[in-house]
Amino acid sequence: MKRLSLDILLGSLLVFGFTALVLLIAGAPVLASFKNIWLGAFASTSKISQVLSVWVPLMLCSCGLIYTFRANLWNIGIEGQVTMGAIGAMAALRIPGIEHPALILTLAFFASFLGGGLWGLLAGGLKTRGGVHEIFGGLGLNFVAQGFILWLIFGPWKRPGIASMSGTELLPRDLWLSTFPGWRVATAGVIIAVAVLILTWLFLEKSRMGIKLKAIGQNPKAALLYATSPERYYLQSIIIAGGCAGLAGFLQVTAVYHRLIPSISSGYGYLALLLVMLSGYRIILIPFLALFFASLNVGAIQLPIVLQLDSALSGVIQGCCVLSALLILGLRQKRKQS
Amino acid sequence: MLGDLSFPVLIASVLAASAPLIIIALGETLAEKSGVINLSLDGVVLFSAMAAFVVAKETGSLTLGFLAGGFAGMLTGVLVGYFSIYLHLSQVAVGFALALLCRDLAYFLGNPYSRVQGPTLLESKPPLHDILPSSLQTIMTQPLTVWFALLLVFLLYYFFTFSKAGLCLRSVGENPAASFARGLNPSKIQMWAVLVGAFLVGIGGAAYSLSLKPGWGRPQGAEGIGWIALALVIFGGWHPMRVALGAMLFAFLQVSGIGLQDLFPGVPAQVFQTAPFPLMIFTLIFMHYSTRKSRKQGYNENSFQRFIGKLFMSRAPKAIGKSYKQE
Repeated sequence: MKRLSLDILLGSLLVFGFTALVLLIAGAPVLASFKNIWLGAFASTSKISQVLSVWVPLMLCSCGLIYTFRANLWNIGIEGQVTMGAIGAMAALRIPGIEHPALILTLAFFASFLGGGLWGLLAGGLKTRGGVHEIFGGLGLNFVAQGFILWLIFGPWKRPGIASMSGTELLPRDLWLSTFPGWRVATAGVIIAVAVLILTWLFLEKSRMGIKLKAIGQNPKAALLYATSPERYYLQSIIIAGGCAGLAGFLQVTAVYHRLIPSISSGYGYLALLLVMLSGYRIILIPFLALFFASLNVGAIQLPIVLQLDSALSGVIQGCCVLSALLILGLRQKRKQS
Repeated sequence: MLGDLSFPVLIASVLAASAPLIIIALGETLAEKSGVINLSLDGVVLFSAMAAFVVAKETGSLTLGFLAGGFAGMLTGVLVGYFSIYLHLSQVAVGFALALLCRDLAYFLGNPYSRVQGPTLLESKPPLHDILPSSLQTIMTQPLTVWFALLLVFLLYYFFTFSKAGLCLRSVGENPAASFARGLNPSKIQMWAVLVGAFLVGIGGAAYSLSLKPGWGRPQGAEGIGWIALALVIFGGWHPMRVALGAMLFAFLQVSGIGLQDLFPGVPAQVFQTAPFPLMIFTLIFMHYSTRKSRKQGYNENSFQRFIGKLFMSRAPKAIGKSYKQE
């Protein structure tokens, strides 16, 4: 325990030191920058709700990734799975003839899970059947999904009149997920994220299948003992991961952008990969780290306005956190050996 | 089909557009041949492009700019190498985190230099320019990066195939333990491969901001190039010449995007630029089946099958992605 807190302290020092160095190189005021990120994230309820609306997709993607990391899969295709989930949701929302908004939103919910899940299955199938490593398969599928969404936005689903990078036409108001008055985050989104977190925890830590998944992830030969093939577990875990990512896509469409835009996934899939690595694959830490990452993302939006700095500083801090954690882990392992 | 582009102009623009990509992809090939996947490419390209532009702008010297790009790349190579070779951490994790970190670092530090005019490497006339036929004049009037890229293809091919150092590097990528038994130092060789590879990636990044897409900004125009280079290394089967051909094919798709758009109206040009990725996936599937089948059935195949087999018969370095611990 003492060592853990020492590691955390050391890691924070590394991150602060590196970020301060970067700020000094850029000629920016160090303390004012940190202060502005804090204010940008927590100064008002509207800002806090904005943080939450980033927290939700990060949570969903991270929960999904926990499944694939358990099976020892590097699901880099999560970004494309978010995109395909958004496309699935949009496809359902465009079905003509259904009058009831609740019904059509429910349909879109399942369609997004299906869209993301099938995209995950494709990456998984490429691995188990085609011998394509999931990193290269997933990466390739990310860009295929990107091409697909661009084609949809510029082709069949283009705005009447002129197609543009700003996306499809806005959804009718009754298909927007509702928010509390004064808040900018959809209540349903937060509920879905928390529910998925609890389900993930129950499934992975308490269920027989979750324990099997862990055993097989650490040693594929264990599958023989359970009289199944590891492939089945790879596929199952990547379908669930894709489904969770797809739900993030659903919320991006119905709660955040209210339309389909080319960058609908907003890089949350990749960010969630960093987040889960930083958490050391522990579910308990994910909601807190997701809050930390989300507040960095939202807080940094203030930087260009107040200090004329680029908002990419949030990404610098996030990446630096992961590298510092890896460095400490590596050094500790090395010391243990010698 | 290709709009108003005449044939020599098409070739000239394909060569120009492929040059930085060739340099980057070959840098990655070098690292992967030694058994290390450097997944940080996408961020490193942007980071070195930024460093190169800023240094060239401040000093007014293109040479210093290119060197700065190279050393910025090498700096990230030090991290990748130290983390994955000496600390035995997952190469994928380190590379991926570094890719995102470097991208954002580039945007952050390069912000004051967005959309400012800076020095640009212009096309230079080849020697004997005046006695060449006009089509060759068009093709061969290129920035120096193109000649560097083409030279690099042959240098690297020679290095891998005929030099002793190249043989050592490949042996480390195939089986580090056996190489160690033969008296090589796998960690050191891998470190060198990663460093030189990252230096080349940096030069490639500099070729973007100083020549192909001059200037800096967000977006710069080199976004996604690193991932494409990763795909091309596989598409090219870790063979310098095929990697370069893959890069040219991609550049051709990019250049002819406008023409292709006439053929498929309603499809935005960006869609064609994702083409390397499905191609990469198909290559990997072909590789998987071609190696499996040939093992099962022996060599009873006709000449066409042999050709296809040879085309796709490539194999990743055996120890790729695995960190080697000395016993």
